[in-house]
Amino acid sequence: MLKRALAIVAILIIGYWLAQGLSQVPFGQDKMLVSKYYLDHVKEQTGAVNAVTAVVVNYRGFDTLGEVTVLFIASTGVGALLWRKKRKRTAKTKGSVVLTTGSKLLFPFIMLFGMYIFIHGHLTPGGGFPGGATIATAFLLMYMAFTIYEIPHKGFEVTEGFAGMGYVLVGLIGLAIGGYFLFDWIWQTWHLGTSNIGRLVSGGFIPVIYTIIGIKVGTELSGIIDNMLKEEVKE
Amino acid sequence: MISAYYFGAIALILIGLYTVLVKKNLLKILVGLSIMETGVNLLLISIGYVSGKSAPILSEGITPSQAVDPIPQALVLTAIVIGVATTAMALSVAIILYEKYGTLNIEEIRRLRG
Repeated sequence: MLKRALAIVAILIIGYWLAQGLSQVPFGQDKMLVSKYYLDHVKEQTGAVNAVTAVVVNYRGFDTLGEVTVLFIASTGVGALLWRKKRKRTAKTKGSVVLTTGSKLLFPFIMLFGMYIFIHGHLTPGGGFPGGATIATAFLLMYMAFTIYEIPHKGFEVTEGFAGMGYVLVGLIGLAIGGYFLFDWIWQTWHLGTSNIGRLVSGGFIPVIYTIIGIKVGTELSGIIDNMLKEEVKE
Repeated sequence: MISAYYFGAIALILIGLYTVLVKKNLLKILVGLSIMETGVNLLLISIGYVSGKSAPILSEGITPSQAVDPIPQALVLTAIVIGVATTAMALSVAIILYEKYGTLNIEEIRRLRG
């Protein structure tokens, strides 16, 4: 009880401190100069309609590469922490008829929806990370429905590695053509889809990058799910 | 102007902090950390919010002056992904602790008494 009371007191102090510190931050005010620049130039500089994806992939593409690396390290870390010689799924109860039939039926549509999200990243809210997470949920659904289901682990690891290399490769092509890493060569050099802004074939390399990120995130999160669901088998 | 988002975000942060300080179960502590992270993300998003303006998707007649700030949204996208990564790492550590000690109560796990 004393500990709980102390915790509440501490939280009240921290809350007062936070509220006081943040009361000077201008909420709901107009935009900063940098975001004004981004919003004014996003269409002719990147060809994307969605300013958020343009900031993530074009203006801060290197940041996103680091983010993908963090996710890769986390997935590797989960694999390293949970590594055992003999690991198998030990689930015993099979899903009900509704779950098995429904997941079989829904699996292709969830995959399709995930692909829709990452291909249309430059037009609608979304992108590679939510799309990849959606694809991972499709695999989670299969894991929940069937006790013997397993993703092709080797193939997924190879796909993940190639997707990571693909991102760096796109950046290196930009380095070769335009002079700096992650230069948007499809938009700036080829002018692909210049008259087409707001449609699918536009947005420079954002759809390409986001497809790669979507594949990478989907396989990585599926690998994490697979690692977490397996248990050590005792002989 | 101080909005409801501001108080909601601070309340979420404090609820998460209370969970981390008081609860004994490791999974509950991780849930508390996730709630705290959601609060921080909400705070960052609400800084970029401008009342009466629409999302920064410049189609269907939305001009740059009618859109909200895209930078906090892009940064929170990064923060969410990294939060997922750290949560996955912490959960796998919890799995290992459960396999080793047979419990998730942090008072019973050696060296984590407190």
